[in-house]
Order: sequence, then C-alpha cells, then structure tokens
Amino acid sequence: MKFHAGRTALICYFVLLLLPIYWMLNMSLRTNSDILSHFALIPTSLTLENYAKIFTDPSWYSGYINSIIYVSLNTAISLLAALPAAYAFSRYRFLGDKHLFFWLLTNRMAPPAVFLLPFFQLYSTVGLIDTHIAVALAHCLFNVPLAVWILEGFMSGVPREIDETAYLDGYRFPRFFLTVFLPLIRTGVGVTAFFCFMFSWVELLFARTLTTTEAKPIAAVMTRTVSATGLDWGLLAAAGVLTIVPGALVIWFVRNYMAKGFALGRV
Amino acid sequence: MEKRENQKAWLMILPVVVVVAFSAIIPLMTVVNYSVQDIFGPNDRVFVGADWFLAVLNDRRLHEALLRQFLFSALVLVIEVPLGVLIALAMPRKGIAVSFSLVLLALPLLIPWNVIGTIWIIFTRPDIGLLGHTINSLGISFDHTASPFDAWITLMLMEVWHWTPLVVLLAYAGLKAIPDAYYQAARIDGASAWDVFRYIQLPKMRGVLTIAILLRFMDSFLIYAEPFVLTGGGPGNSTTFLSIYLVKLAVGQFDLGHAAAFSIIYFLIVLLFSWIFYQALNTIGTGDRR
Repeated sequence: MKFHAGRTALICYFVLLLLPIYWMLNMSLRTNSDILSHFALIPTSLTLENYAKIFTDPSWYSGYINSIIYVSLNTAISLLAALPAAYAFSRYRFLGDKHLFFWLLTNRMAPPAVFLLPFFQLYSTVGLIDTHIAVALAHCLFNVPLAVWILEGFMSGVPREIDETAYLDGYRFPRFFLTVFLPLIRTGVGVTAFFCFMFSWVELLFARTLTTTEAKPIAAVMTRTVSATGLDWGLLAAAGVLTIVPGALVIWFVRNYMAKGFALGRV
Repeated sequence: MEKRENQKAWLMILPVVVVVAFSAIIPLMTVVNYSVQDIFGPNDRVFVGADWFLAVLNDRRLHEALLRQFLFSALVLVIEVPLGVLIALAMPRKGIAVSFSLVLLALPLLIPWNVIGTIWIIFTRPDIGLLGHTINSLGISFDHTASPFDAWITLMLMEVWHWTPLVVLLAYAGLKAIPDAYYQAARIDGASAWDVFRYIQLPKMRGVLTIAILLRFMDSFLIYAEPFVLTGGGPGNSTTFLSIYLVKLAVGQFDLGHAAAFSIIYFLIVLLFSWIFYQALNTIGTGDRR
C-alpha cells in the first residue's frame, strides 16, 4: 500500500515537472502570431518551420555544434584530471590535503559578474579568445572541483581492503585502477560525467565572454533573439527544446552506470 | 582502515591544481586589485584603499538585497533537500522505469539558465501561459509583474522545478551505492522502514547530501540569470538579489572598483557559510555510524 502511494506521488511529480517543458514543446510547434493570439492547451495548427529555421540557418545550428564541442572537451578534461586526484584524496593523507580540497570548492563561490573582465584579459593574453578550448578550460574552474568532490565520495565508499588485496595479488596501480577500481565506482563516474556536461552546457556568462563568432555557444545565440525587437517565442521555444536533446542523450547513455549500482565483492 | 600518509599523492593532485589555478588565481588577484582603486580609464586610476569596502558595508540597498538573498537560499534548502530525498526514495529501483525517470529528471537541468527565465515568463503569463492562465481561470488573480508576493511564488516555483532534480539525482546515486547486504541484514533484524532510512539510508547518503546542500546553497546564493530574465529584480526591488544588484552596480554605474569590493565581500559571505555547512555536515551525527 505504501509502495503504491509513493509511486502515485512520483507520477504526480513527473507530471508537474513536465508541464513547463510541455509548454515549451507546445510553443515550438506554433507560429509566433499563433502563440500570441490565443491560449491553446493543445495546438491546432502545427508547424515545423521553427525547427526548419534552426536546422538550415548556420548561425543557429553552429551554436549547437560549438556548445557540444566545448562541453565534451570540458567533460573529458574534468574527468581525466579529477579521477587520480579524487583517488589521492580518498586514499592518502598528505600535506595540506584538507585545505586543498576546500580551496578547490571555493572556486565555485565567486560571483561571476566582475570576474568576467579579468577572465577576458587573461584568455586574450594567452591567445585563446574565441576558441572552444578557452571555454572548456574556463568551465574547469567550477566542474573540476565538483568532479573531484563527487568522485571522492564514491571512492571513499569502496573499502580500502580492496586496494590492498589487489596489490597483494600483484596488480600494478594503472591496471588496478582501470580494471578493478574504475568498474566499482562507475555509478560515480556516470553521475560526474553528467553533472560536468550539464553545468558546462547551461553556463552562459563565461561562454559568452570568451567567444565572439567561431565558438559562440547556443545559449548566447538564443539571447540574440531575446534582445531583438519583438521576441520570436516559437523560434526560441524550438531552440530551447533542442538544447535539452544532447544532455538527454548523455544521461540515456550513462543511465546504466547510475542504475546498476554497486557490485561489491567482484574482486 | 586508516588512510596512509603518502606525500607522492601530490603528483596525482597536480593536474587538477594546474587546471583550476590557471583560471582561478590571476582573475581573483585582478579583482582584488580593482577593489582598492578608483578606475576612470585603462591608465587613469587612483588608489583609494578601503573606501569601496566601506561604501559596500554602508550600502542600505545592499543590505536589503542580502536579506532577500538569505531568505531565498534558506527557502531553497528547506524545500528542495527534503523533497529531493523523498522523491529519490520513491524512485523505481529496477527496469526500464529507472531509465525513463532519470531522463525525465534531467530535463529541467539541461536548459540554459537564461532560457529557463524566458520560458517561465510565457509559462506564467495570464493570457497565453499554461500556469498563469490556469490559476487565473480558477478565479485567483496572479501576476508576478505586479505583486511582489506573486513574484516570489513564481521564482520559488521555478527554482524548485529547476533544481530539485539535482538533489534527486545525487540522493538516488547515493541510495544505489548501498549494497543489498545492508537491506538483507535489516530485514533479518526486523527493522522498520523508518529504521532503514534513519540508520542505513541517511548515513549512507551523507556524502551526496553534503554535495547537494552545498551546491544548492552556493548556486542559489549566486543566482542571477533566471530571476533577472523573469522579473528583472522587480516589481520594485522585491526580487533584487545580490547578483542582480551587483550587475546593476558594475554595468549600470560602471563603478568597477565598487563592484569589485562588493564581489569580494559577496565571495567571503558564500565562503563563510559554505565552510560552516561543510564542517557541520562532516561532523553531524558521526556518532551514529556504528
């Protein structure tokens, strides 16, 4: 009975969660004048012209490509840097470990507005303005600490006896890490990859500041329609729907890592 | 088993330190540098010492924004964390339903923040928005552009809608990391559902919940794009949070020194509270871990 109540509440929650997204989808299939003229729970005259515009206009679709490139770069860099660091934090004591761990987190705590100008100057000085790698690196500022933190939590959940046993069995560190340890924390890796992807994907201020044309992200392309005279709601909604798709694919691919859970005792 | 001391661990940390320090240190020093100067142009600046900091500390509108910010973040934590944990507990554990639930949960998190605000503008419009139209057709007058109370309700709804899934995903991942053996042991001991939650699930979720609470605190305290787009800080100043006021100062009045001093104090407030949360969450209830 209790199980049943929980399930019902969950379904209600998902319905509420989907309402704003349904509204976005609804608007994306209507023309702007249709949206503004009347309320329509179910759109009557469907059109795909908003989507057609995004897929045919390079200034639109290149925004998606740019975002996907720098977000993927950022996720890869964040994970590769964070995995060994998280292992070190979870397994060893060393000089300044606690301070360093908290210092990493402090990088998420600064209000970005005033930092944008020095960021622009720094990346201009090293000649990276308007490149994908610039945005990927800038986003490491908040994603790498998060990745270290989440992974450290999952790694600390793995008993240290497993490491010791593996070393006694003759594993060297790289092979132990890749073949024994990593599979044990794949839930954590999946969650981390998703969060890095997500935070980098939705960030606007750094991405907009560090790019002009070549690497302009989709979120910045969308602000252009907002500031234009007479907002095109249909186009904006279609672009919004499309911003969800890549991340939804990512979580679909990592879902098994998140869902399979822990397989202790595999060693 | 105790952690071993090993100074070579620094070599494993090094990539992270390099990658983060590259973007962290120089901009921070630059902002500190701005904060003690009055800047008129690239080569025209005067050292003013702590003047900007004093101006910030005596700014009444800033104090009001700070109070609003605390209220907002407190509401966010009080609503989203318990709600997120409850939803995570109700999530299915097996089968295709898990996959679909995870994807559904992720949807609000994946929309760029400025777009979230824009979507909610039209979603809450009384004439053509689903939420606004529904509420008004129930006979309740609701308009977030006119009433500060409605503006807060709308912002909180948007915020809870947007960010609760983050808490759910973290809590769910934490729950999935609990080995089945723990539940079997609890069943043998005849533990009630509450006991299982209190003595197995909650302690095992400590790590992920620490992350969730700190992330929600930091991000809600620094929130900018969503309320800026949705309400613009209004009506009046009723939803002018710290970041919105900061940008008004930095861009509107072009007082770089003033805004820099503000940023540093802002940063220190977030730092202080995050540290308190971090310490508290790392020690609270450790006596329960048998």
